[in-house]
Amino acid sequence: MTLLWILLLLFFGGVLAWLSEIFDSRFPRWIALLSVVATFIPLLQLYGSFDAQRESLWIIEFSRSWIPSLGINFMLAIDGLSLLLVGLTSFLGIIAVGAAWVEIRDRAGFFYFNLLWTLAGVVGVFTAIDLFLFFFFWEVMLIPMYFIIAIWGHENKRYAATKFFLYTQFTGMLLLVSLLCLVYFFTIQHGYISFAYEDLLRLEVGGKLEMWLMLGFFIAFATKLPSVPFHSWLPDAHSQAPTAGSVLLAGVLLKTGAYGLIRFTLPLFPESSAQFTPVALTLAVISILYCAKVALAQTDIKRLIAYTSVSHMGFVLLGIYAWNLIGLQGAVMTMLAHGLSAAALFSLAGGLQGRLHTRDMRRMGGLWAPVPRMAVVALFFSVAALGMPGLGNFVGEFLSLLGVFSVSIWAAALAALGMIVASIYSLWVMQAVFQGAQNPEEDQALLSDLDARELALYGLMMMGLVLMGLFPNAFLDVSAIALEHLSSASDAFVAVRGRL
Amino acid sequence: MFESLGWLPTFPLLGFLVLFLSGGGLPKRLVATIGAGSIGLAFIAALFVALPIINGDTQIIVHEVYTWMAVGSFESAFGLYLDGLSVVMILVITGVGFLIHLYSTGFMIDDPSYSRFFAIMNLFVAAMLVLVLADNLLLLYLGWEGVGLCSYLLIGFWYQDPENGYAARKAFVTTRVGDTSMAIGLFLIFSQLGSLDIQESMALAQVEWGLGSGYAVAAALLLLGGAVGKSAQMPLQTWLPDAMAGPTPISALIHAATMVTAGVYLIARTHTLFELAPDVQLLVALIGLATLLIAGFTAMTQHDIKRILAYSTISQIGYMFLGLGVGAWSASVFHLMTHAFFKALLFLAAGTVILSLHHEHNIFKMGGKWRQLPLAFASFLIGSLALAAFPFTSGYFSKDEILLAALELEHYGFWLWLGGVVGAFFTGIYSFRLVFVVFFGDSAGHHEAREVTGFSMAAPLLVLMVLALAGGLIHVPTESIFAAPEHGGHQVSTLMHSIMIAVPLLGIALSYLFYGSRTLSVERLMSNNVARGLHKFWFAGWGFDGLYRRLFITPYLWLAAINKRDVVDTASELLVILSEAGNAMLARSQSGSLRWYILSVVGGTVLLITLGGVL
Repeated sequence: MTLLWILLLLFFGGVLAWLSEIFDSRFPRWIALLSVVATFIPLLQLYGSFDAQRESLWIIEFSRSWIPSLGINFMLAIDGLSLLLVGLTSFLGIIAVGAAWVEIRDRAGFFYFNLLWTLAGVVGVFTAIDLFLFFFFWEVMLIPMYFIIAIWGHENKRYAATKFFLYTQFTGMLLLVSLLCLVYFFTIQHGYISFAYEDLLRLEVGGKLEMWLMLGFFIAFATKLPSVPFHSWLPDAHSQAPTAGSVLLAGVLLKTGAYGLIRFTLPLFPESSAQFTPVALTLAVISILYCAKVALAQTDIKRLIAYTSVSHMGFVLLGIYAWNLIGLQGAVMTMLAHGLSAAALFSLAGGLQGRLHTRDMRRMGGLWAPVPRMAVVALFFSVAALGMPGLGNFVGEFLSLLGVFSVSIWAAALAALGMIVASIYSLWVMQAVFQGAQNPEEDQALLSDLDARELALYGLMMMGLVLMGLFPNAFLDVSAIALEHLSSASDAFVAVRGRL
Repeated sequence: MFESLGWLPTFPLLGFLVLFLSGGGLPKRLVATIGAGSIGLAFIAALFVALPIINGDTQIIVHEVYTWMAVGSFESAFGLYLDGLSVVMILVITGVGFLIHLYSTGFMIDDPSYSRFFAIMNLFVAAMLVLVLADNLLLLYLGWEGVGLCSYLLIGFWYQDPENGYAARKAFVTTRVGDTSMAIGLFLIFSQLGSLDIQESMALAQVEWGLGSGYAVAAALLLLGGAVGKSAQMPLQTWLPDAMAGPTPISALIHAATMVTAGVYLIARTHTLFELAPDVQLLVALIGLATLLIAGFTAMTQHDIKRILAYSTISQIGYMFLGLGVGAWSASVFHLMTHAFFKALLFLAAGTVILSLHHEHNIFKMGGKWRQLPLAFASFLIGSLALAAFPFTSGYFSKDEILLAALELEHYGFWLWLGGVVGAFFTGIYSFRLVFVVFFGDSAGHHEAREVTGFSMAAPLLVLMVLALAGGLIHVPTESIFAAPEHGGHQVSTLMHSIMIAVPLLGIALSYLFYGSRTLSVERLMSNNVARGLHKFWFAGWGFDGLYRRLFITPYLWLAAINKRDVVDTASELLVILSEAGNAMLARSQSGSLRWYILSVVGGTVLLITLGGVL
């Protein structure tokens, strides 16, 4: 019931937030905040009672019949992996509401409705174990996000929102087609129709066909992740989205792609995934290095951070296709840590845009003096992003690389170069925005530094990253059983890869 | 009361946290007390744990704080490990570190960012202590990156000047190249040996890899990559001279006494691995030799007082690498320690000179200052004597040991020794060139110079003077770590020994003839085209900066710039263009002109009928 409760809370909280606008324009944000905080509490409870030694995979399950004639059930379940990701979603939901607190004044009710529905969609994606239901949630999270960009975005919002929508819809269609084929084959093989995850796991397709179905899943998830060459929707979406939209996009929406790969693509198609490993690792390495290079040339600070996001998600792809416990844990840790650091960096960019009315870094510089707190916070998250040990991102990237080293030394060595290029762009941002001389053409003397609300938000995220960096096992222990289960269940993967 | 190793990094870390969280709101006196006091407490804590080891009561002290991360078969503890080698390091870091902090309380007093300065300095000391106390390579890496970060922050401390920012980024990125190599080394060691614990993995390497194995060679090479980056050795030495952009106490602490010697520490710590890969060990010696000579040449040509000292540091660390390469582990660590004394002294004295002369860095604009700056003069004299290995100063003992060990090496020993002796000749020249130009001769400006002193700045200089002179008598307690007898009781002829003593003196004498008595003229030397060309080449640090700019920086920036719009995005642009073109075409057909509609309807019908007839 807990899972249903969380979903309902977000869905109804969204509706309520919208309606409450009739009474007072400040109600929606309070209702939104209460709703997301209320989802966080049962999650903390689940975390607190989590037993790392337990035998069964799912911590809690919820199942009701939905469309019986088609074998579709309303099945939700949560294991350690989903628990962490739902926790991240809920946590960043709080941050996103906080980021929108003063920025969104126009049609606030509808905004918070979209925000909460996006969150609900993401939570659904992380917990659905019926593939039809999964696809349903996959679509649910996109449409409100489209509105967030298209309505509250910046100067070029239509273009960005449409691009975002087309990319995800088109690849979502590939996912749907593959999914329906998969169920069709299952029905033929087993004599009954089912969309249930655990049923479909037993299906063995094999051969060329499996490769095509796998590609359908892979492209959908790799577009969401995103990985080169499916990434080009992201810089536009990010640079145009309002701050809260960027926080959700970078913080949680991207993670659904990685989650899909871990939960579905590799377990459902072990053999073809194993054959595909060299391609996936190559894409990961290219994402890391190529996007770090493109990031350096950007002058729009949000575009720059967007490209670094793609670069960091390369480490996730790398860890996933290592398909061993160390690599997978690295991928999960990178997802969590990047969720926080990217959300914080986008919030900072949004904060700068709110103060300076520009995202152009050429018009910034020397901001350390007028806004020192902001500079220190930016420094913290830049340093986290470049992989400083002691903070969460390092743990993730280190484990990803360590995991992949035993699979492909070359992939690990080339991806490790990402640590060098990451330091180049991260420090360049600090220089261009906060260091150097102040831009004489801009009037920056009266800029306001971070206020209490902002400090609280950044403080929470900083504590999160320090916690992940110094006590990673507080998180790793939760996902361990689930990941061990996933990676050891697909012997076929390891067997095929062994032959490569 | 300080028996636990955990106290050591805790004090500076607490100092950092207090200063950081106060956000610069504390009065300067309190900042100074916290900033320097935390390091003082760390020094006391260091003495507590070091004494039993120095006295020989115990050989190692360990303290595991908690399990940092554990994933499947991979486990890394936050574990601290103290033995004779790390004893030397912690005493240098906290002892010399405290003196430099004390000096900084006076030196930085007029700086508006006083609190930020001490916050980062404290964080640096904490990270450096973690680096040398770590019992496993991953924790060592944490300290390693931590000191790199602090170094970056302090080089760019005066962030208003973009050049300082550039120097800071150059330092960070260049050392990161080495760090990445080191990280890959860690992956290799773990994937082959299943452990990153230093003692355990070294023992396993001996059993599993054996002498000359490919894995040992690869692992040693990768770690060496990290070491040359951090310790500014060839080919990654270029960042250190620019790092002088930071406040002078930083140069003393980070870029002379502690952080830059971390590479030496790393190799000494993993010496087992290097002994398994003798070719790599020889490479260490060759890198050291090449670096010490190249940096020595360059130091002779610089004008900036801090850049001279920076190249001198690169050169002296070259000696340490030479020592490591010939297996003189203890001697290298010994030189690390004495170098920390006399180079910290020289840098702090340089700080006094610079501050007294209103931020003048060019030595040729000083001159004749010994009367006005007596304390700085005494410091420079003693520091330079130790640097030039004048008999019975601290530098003499340590450099002597390295060169003697080199001489005893088979095959290449003599050549390595000879190179080291030539380097010592340059050392004599450049160190006393500085002394003669700054303190003797005619005053070239700044006539009103008045020495800036006070207890906080004078006391550290006095203590360091004593250490630079007598530090050679300190015993380095590393016998139990480097088990093998390094050299069987110095079977060296008197002739060789006399050469080693005489060569630096010759250098000093030559320097006197050029810059002291001016019997020989630099101008006349420079009238020669070859000499002028060489001077230019050496002055530019042998063209490494230009080479790297052409090889790496410019191409990378160019690649980034031409692809700013991300060529992959063209695909979606293309889609937009195609659909817009299609739209435009169809839109044109809806012209609203009745004649055009009739024409197209008729034309279409005719076309269809014709097609029907054909089929």
